[in-house]
Amino acid sequence: MGLVGSEINPPLLAARLRKARSGRTRSSFALDVAIEIPPGITIVFGRSGAGKSTLLDCIAGLLKPDTGRIEIAGEVLLDVDRRIDVPPAKRKIAYVFQSLALFPQMTVEQNVAYGLADMPASERVLRVNSMLEAFRVEQLAKRKADEISGGEQQRVALARSLATSPRVLLLDEPLTALDEGLKKSIMEDLRRWNAAQNIPILYVTHSRAEVDAVGEGVIVLEQGKIISTGRPHEVLDAPRSSALAQASGFDNLFSGVVTELREADGVMRVQLVRGACEIETPLGYAVVGTAVRLAIRAGDILLATERPYGLSARNVIAGRIISLEQRGTMFVAKVAADADGAVVFTVHLTLGAKRALELEVNQPVWLVIKTHSCHVLEDAKIV
Amino acid sequence: MDALILSVRLAACVSLILLLIGMPLAYWLAYWNWRGKFLLEAVVALPLVLPPTVLGFYVLIALGPHGPIGKISEILFHRGLAFTFGGLVFASVLYSLPFTVQPLIASFEGMDRRLLDASALLGASRFRTFAKVILPLSLPGIVTAVVLSFAHTLGEFGVVLMVGGNLPGITRTASIDIYDRVQSMEYAAANRMALVLLIVSFVVLSTVYGVNRRIGRRVWASWAAR
Repeated sequence: MGLVGSEINPPLLAARLRKARSGRTRSSFALDVAIEIPPGITIVFGRSGAGKSTLLDCIAGLLKPDTGRIEIAGEVLLDVDRRIDVPPAKRKIAYVFQSLALFPQMTVEQNVAYGLADMPASERVLRVNSMLEAFRVEQLAKRKADEISGGEQQRVALARSLATSPRVLLLDEPLTALDEGLKKSIMEDLRRWNAAQNIPILYVTHSRAEVDAVGEGVIVLEQGKIISTGRPHEVLDAPRSSALAQASGFDNLFSGVVTELREADGVMRVQLVRGACEIETPLGYAVVGTAVRLAIRAGDILLATERPYGLSARNVIAGRIISLEQRGTMFVAKVAADADGAVVFTVHLTLGAKRALELEVNQPVWLVIKTHSCHVLEDAKIV
Repeated sequence: MDALILSVRLAACVSLILLLIGMPLAYWLAYWNWRGKFLLEAVVALPLVLPPTVLGFYVLIALGPHGPIGKISEILFHRGLAFTFGGLVFASVLYSLPFTVQPLIASFEGMDRRLLDASALLGASRFRTFAKVILPLSLPGIVTAVVLSFAHTLGEFGVVLMVGGNLPGITRTASIDIYDRVQSMEYAAANRMALVLLIVSFVVLSTVYGVNRRIGRRVWASWAAR
């Protein structure tokens, strides 16, 4: 399975793995993937428990897959059939864990020098200093690793694992705990470093926001299988399965039946299974009577306090606010459609919008949804 | 006083030997998984529940002129081990084994596995990982292991009596000396020795536990802060 970019750069990391999951978690699926990762950052996106960390552990050699083959730039690291299994210490793969795993009893400097034991002392000092500079932690060199802040520890962990000149870098949700500004600045340093080294970097995350921020190739993992690959906006903005839709922020998922195709206009009408709501969507591969799933982002729905006229949006649905809840810097409104109270839409509003409209629970409102904000999913068996 | 010095010498020898044997043994038991492991675990823990006389009896037989260890000693050193200081050390090492190995296992098992993974991924051998990561972070466990085996050896009685007998300056340890004096109704002398043993044990334990707690705090505070 080639990713965008693999035509330009030869794939450096190629892996084909299968590993049944045992014990610990309730889910009983097997990790079963084939990937080719070009130099640069590739995101592995999926919900927790989708098999992301298992994938990284297998590549690093910390877990042994049941079957499979891993190679970097043509060198075979694992081939279960041929009984080749290079131990982690000899794979030259850098891996930054979510917990970072800095050695707490050592200084920052000693942590970064840890992987350079075979290097002559003079050269080692130079390498450590250049890594500390590259990740902007040189002023912390003599501090204990457990006495510095989370963002600093993150930088030290990157410097430590990259000091050994690895052939591949694996990152397991490395920035989840950091604020946006720190995240951005660390990513910039990582990119700058990799501009010179040009190694494949696998970046695992379950956060849609991080996918957008990092913004390169993405592999979507669900229940141990790759369900989609490509550029983040291609893959996640037009989800093709309910699982992916939910993972990438589509709060509204409805089952419906196609009632009318208007091929000349490139649209079709879908009646929601519960009740009388009808929604216009882009034309899909469907015939009248086909059962489909619709996904609509909570942020793509407009609210109006009076019935709007003169709009380009084709879907205007009358409803009533049944709950309003502040979540951080936005409001989440649940709106029940008048046609059938069982159909409830989730709508995201800014604090300002909520204030300007003077929204309250029980207030009648109109939902406004553009045709192209309604995504038809594949997994409801479109014939 | 000779008896007390002998006891301290014995305890020091035993805890040093146990540290050298206990580390690889605990490492093996903590990080390796194999089918028969539970048997070895049971053997290591046996001295905890066995009456000292039972252990002492079998060690005495083994050390004697017809026992396997006694024979080896005869060949190597032209003398047996029963009723000697060497025999006493051998028996005490067995008797105090769990007091060294259990705290070490607990300490090794409590390590964050990701630290060991990180070390391996940075190219370190198992030995380097042990020396640079496991050992320094297990310091509280190691101190505990040494203190417990030292104190346990210092206070042992049954095994020493069975294996060493009561030879002044060779196998007559403090606890035997006390027993002996009580038997001959020298209560004042018995009391002096008992009091010294009590104070020495208490001082050693409290000093080392105090140090241990400080180290423990320094090491573990960083984890709590994460």
